[in-house]
Amino acid sequence: MYLASVERPSAGAADRTKRLAGTVLALGTVSLITDVSSEMVSAILPLYLVAGLGLGPAVYGLIDGLYTGATALLRLAGGYLADRARRRKTVAAAGYGLSAFMKFGLLAAGGSVPWLSAVIVADRAGKGLRTAPRDALITLATPDGQLGRAFGVHRAMDTTGAFAGPLVALAVLAASGQAYDAVFVVSGCVAMIGVLTLVLFVRDHRGPRPPSNTVSLVAAAGLLRRRPVRALLAGAVLLGLSTIGDGFVYLLLQRRESLATGWFPLLAVGTSLAYLILAVPLGNLADRVGRAPVVLGGYAALGAVYLLLDSGLAGPLVVIFILLLYGVYYAATDGVLMALAGPLLPAELRTTGLALVQTGQALAYLASSVLFGLAWQWWGATGAIRAVTVLAVLTLSGSALLLLRFARES
Amino acid sequence: MTPRRRVLLAALVSVVLLGGAVAYVLVAGHRGDRPAVAAAAVDAGPGDRVLFRSTAAAGYGRVGTVARGSGSGARQLSDLDCVRVYAAAGRGICLRPDGPLTTYQLAVVDASLRVQDTYPLVGVPNRARVSPSGNVLAFTVFVTGDSYNGGRFSTRAGTINLATRETADSLELFSVVRDGKPYRAVDVNYWGVTFLDDRHFYATLSTAGKRYLVAGDLTTQSVRTLAENVECPSLSPDRTRIAFKEAIRGDPAKGWRLTVLDLATMRRTPLAETRGVDDQAAWYDDHTVMYAVRRGSRGADVWSVPADGSGAPHLLIPDAESPAALWN
Repeated sequence: MYLASVERPSAGAADRTKRLAGTVLALGTVSLITDVSSEMVSAILPLYLVAGLGLGPAVYGLIDGLYTGATALLRLAGGYLADRARRRKTVAAAGYGLSAFMKFGLLAAGGSVPWLSAVIVADRAGKGLRTAPRDALITLATPDGQLGRAFGVHRAMDTTGAFAGPLVALAVLAASGQAYDAVFVVSGCVAMIGVLTLVLFVRDHRGPRPPSNTVSLVAAAGLLRRRPVRALLAGAVLLGLSTIGDGFVYLLLQRRESLATGWFPLLAVGTSLAYLILAVPLGNLADRVGRAPVVLGGYAALGAVYLLLDSGLAGPLVVIFILLLYGVYYAATDGVLMALAGPLLPAELRTTGLALVQTGQALAYLASSVLFGLAWQWWGATGAIRAVTVLAVLTLSGSALLLLRFARES
Repeated sequence: MTPRRRVLLAALVSVVLLGGAVAYVLVAGHRGDRPAVAAAAVDAGPGDRVLFRSTAAAGYGRVGTVARGSGSGARQLSDLDCVRVYAAAGRGICLRPDGPLTTYQLAVVDASLRVQDTYPLVGVPNRARVSPSGNVLAFTVFVTGDSYNGGRFSTRAGTINLATRETADSLELFSVVRDGKPYRAVDVNYWGVTFLDDRHFYATLSTAGKRYLVAGDLTTQSVRTLAENVECPSLSPDRTRIAFKEAIRGDPAKGWRLTVLDLATMRRTPLAETRGVDDQAAWYDDHTVMYAVRRGSRGADVWSVPADGSGAPHLLIPDAESPAALWN
């Protein structure tokens, strides 16, 4: 166990050591372990609900549709609560703990649809609750100049866990004679190790208590009055509007290449692999050349993915190139955007601010994926991809104006 | 706590948790240990038998048959594993996992349940049917969307005509006439196909929060709605009635009542089964409907009930689901 031996770097942006804060590595480890746990369940949940419990389409839709909007508000509330009580670690731990506990809840719910829905919603709520405090802890433990690298390392570890999860689930199913309950139990135990790692090795950041009234609802709303924050939020939402979701990207890829449908899961694996490998290098790059250009470059890669999907180019090399670009998009935007946002937000309201940016992006994505579905319906796949390419160019230019300007100002 | 103690504590608790997890997996692996049932030759051709998927601990998931009239009697179990199965006129359809977790396939089987051909499926198998001639196969799968933002969900139903090699990958591409008018929407989903013949079928169409019975035509690639609140239709052997599950007060969250619809009069008759049934029923004969009732997370039994609303449910085949009567 090397975590405890990693020292906190002496604070200050001038610190040029390449050592990461112990907290970042500890949080990365927590995310890795937790993602093994949650992806184990995600991999088998559809099969369990449909083939194991024999649920029909309408019920599955009900369960699935429940959590999409439910977590957005909770994320904001959790972020504010974490700032207000100055207990980011506690709120994150509550989120991780809730999700861990719910793995056993799946077991207890059995075939009862209301209980299954409740358990799945609670699991999602846990995820919504923990993301912003966790990212805030990363920013508070890391000198500003190394944030890109810190988030790169964290996201790479996170994705490694997501990779391992389905494989562990496969192994458990094979060893237990296809027992779904065994997957839930193993997943729950792994998640508890994650929570334990958080509790024992992650240090909460408890700076001096801010003067009263700096963490209030008024102050939180006041975040929106700061120009850089507003520009960042608007930029992030604009960029979010140009994302259509993995499902559609892979579907388009599959259609134009007439890939056998059995290959479908491999497309996600290819993207994750590229994301995993590129997260740290692109995080480092963001520290050197600035985060806004890297984020914008990531969305430019997404635009290139759309262009290629619409082009006549075909063949295995093109597929690999598209997946690589799509991985670049994830690696250059997911963590780097948080690294960009962190320093702009006052430390005492950082969790709230990050939650705001994440929620804004999630809602923008929700809207754009629904719109893309409509566009597909009316104009067909080709029309829809052209429309989103145009949209991507527009939103990219718009947010480039916003993000690059305030990046120069600050 | 010193760093050394923290590491010790973490290691200790992790070992205990992982040990517990491994122990559970091993125990679960031996839970169903009974002498494995030897695979027998199963005749899935026309005859006085009912085909089913076994949910008994010994031979879980394997396809077998029982003689009509002795559902709890001796069963013949093949070595074919399926999630959902159906057969007619000596042709069978078997929906099953295909290697790794997230891939599935449709296997075409002959009267001896030998696999003749396979097609990849995107999504988790849910419903399966074969046309009365044995020529056309229909499947319904659940398609889960992307995992990044929770993912949305839909069903996909398609058909394969083995005689003409024509396929309809997804009924979603068919034109729709709803209540007499052309209709287009993004949220169109289909499930639970049942065949009149090789060209005409019935199915459930879901859109804008409502679920319709539709009559479809594979040649003109079109469907039209016939009635509301009908799910998982199943056409009777004499082609006059449809057994289906009716959402209670129109709300699937409240459960379903097994019901029969007379196609000539459009009159609905709720059947004597009052438990919630979430299955595409099948017809045992022209007077009896059969369906699976779930028991726990793995078990199920096939029950039967008179199709005219009279009588009471009756346990037909214990430890079984996905029934198909093999007509003469």
